[in-house]
Amino acid sequence: MSAVISAQNLHKSYAGQEVVNGVSITIHKGECYGLLGPNGAGKTTTLRLLLGLIDPDGGELRLLDHAVPRHAREARLRVGVVPQMDNLDPDFSVAENLLVYGRYFGMKDSEIEARIPALLEFANLIHKRDAKIPTLSGGMKRRLTLARALVNDPEIIFLDEPTTGLDPQARHLIWQRLRELTAQGKTLLLTTHFMDEAERLCHRLAILDQGRMIAQDTPQALIAQHIEPQVVEVFGERVPQWAQQHAAQYAQRFEVSGETAFCYVSDAQPLLAHLRGHGALRYLHRPANLEDVFLKLTGREMRE
Amino acid sequence: MRMNPFAPPRLSLRFVPIWRRHFLVWKKVAATSILGHLADPVIYMLGLGYGLGSLLPQMEGTSYLLFLAGGTVCYSTMNSASFEALYSGFSRMHEQRTWDAILNTPVTLDDVVLAEILWSASKSLMAGAAVLLVIWLLGLSHTWLSLWTIPLALLVGLCFASLGLIITALAPSYDFFMYYFTLVITPMMLLCGVFFPVTQLPPVLQTVSAILPLSHAVDIARPLLNGALPSHAVLHVAVLLGYTLAGFYVSLVLFRRRLSR
Repeated sequence: MSAVISAQNLHKSYAGQEVVNGVSITIHKGECYGLLGPNGAGKTTTLRLLLGLIDPDGGELRLLDHAVPRHAREARLRVGVVPQMDNLDPDFSVAENLLVYGRYFGMKDSEIEARIPALLEFANLIHKRDAKIPTLSGGMKRRLTLARALVNDPEIIFLDEPTTGLDPQARHLIWQRLRELTAQGKTLLLTTHFMDEAERLCHRLAILDQGRMIAQDTPQALIAQHIEPQVVEVFGERVPQWAQQHAAQYAQRFEVSGETAFCYVSDAQPLLAHLRGHGALRYLHRPANLEDVFLKLTGREMRE
Repeated sequence: MRMNPFAPPRLSLRFVPIWRRHFLVWKKVAATSILGHLADPVIYMLGLGYGLGSLLPQMEGTSYLLFLAGGTVCYSTMNSASFEALYSGFSRMHEQRTWDAILNTPVTLDDVVLAEILWSASKSLMAGAAVLLVIWLLGLSHTWLSLWTIPLALLVGLCFASLGLIITALAPSYDFFMYYFTLVITPMMLLCGVFFPVTQLPPVLQTVSAILPLSHAVDIARPLLNGALPSHAVLHVAVLLGYTLAGFYVSLVLFRRRLSR
């Protein structure tokens, strides 16, 4: 498989603070690759570096066989971008937004017009063709932004938190569309802090924290490698005392957060049997997921 | 590896689709915009021209109304470009994030800034044409030479768009623009011979006036409306072009720094 994005040892700092600190990424054609990390981990900065919108302080970068940032313009001809914040043109209709955006790629009006029906269908916006942007819901705006990113039929699509702020229905529709794009052979690079999103969509993902890449693999491998396979969440007012007395006895690892104890185990049966005898405690037994890995690797404290 | 923010502008035709975007937005409000371009000079010229003009027998050998018309062509085009480059430009850069959207395509910041300047100057061109139409309708000027005020309007537009974008590049918010209008645009209007001849000012202010770009525009416009060729036209055009190029370069450097964060 050929690499369509490759970054070696990227560095970027602002005002003496390393925002991106030695990140290396190789993404192959057709992959859906996720960048995960708490706020301020350097996800958006990494995307902007890869697109050649800002210059790295150090490192080597190639995007679709073009050296970036020097030849970023040529590379961006075949790239689509869904930004974190909506920046559709509020004065234009849905169709006009696509037309005007296509022109930035040097496309002819006739060429763009020919693509608009398919783009609107992809975005479920056929009936909104002539609607003004302020009349659209948040989900519609996101879908239009996704359609806009496809106007030039790009090989790679960058998506910066594509589903932030959307309700579950809208989010599921976006996920479905992103899967269709991967099925068509497009390469996707997305940032998110929704673990279920990353786990469902991404073939591989990287976890960034404070500008460093702290893990990189398939979602399944990350879970298998970094965490015990079973999790028992124990809830209740008396959880802290219970955890202090008993958790270490039944769980390989546990963490208490407020009135919840997260117990990580290979075999949950002894713990479950014990909990059945403790009527005051409620519990949830589930397989370990990416969020557990994420919290283990990046910690539970707030990042603001 | 690092791009130098002081590098000379890299110009290309990629500004065209951006200019067309601004034009398409304008087309949606064209009626009000044209009305504004027409109403503003009419109100000024009729109010000041007839009101003040009735007290003044003649000004530099013409009616006060025609004297004022020459100034109005220039200050009206200055205002047009300034408002577009400051308020609308800031809205596109900061508020609506239109620039961010455009910069994700194969278009560079240099193209975006060039398009802003050319679009603001296009607004000036419309404003200048509107003033000239009013001048003709009022029967103030009867010379084909007055048509030269149209390319002049474009040049004044380029000049004040470029200068205005420096302020846009520095602005933290819309409030910042009040400084520019109060400290730069209003004095420019009062010192550059729009309403009265510069020779009425004390010598120090006359020197200041000679440095300001609007004076040079007025010195071209006024004779043209009166059917005469302006003296030192090359110098005046050169000064306006100089401000344009300097403003373009400085604003571009500032935008490169602002947007590389």
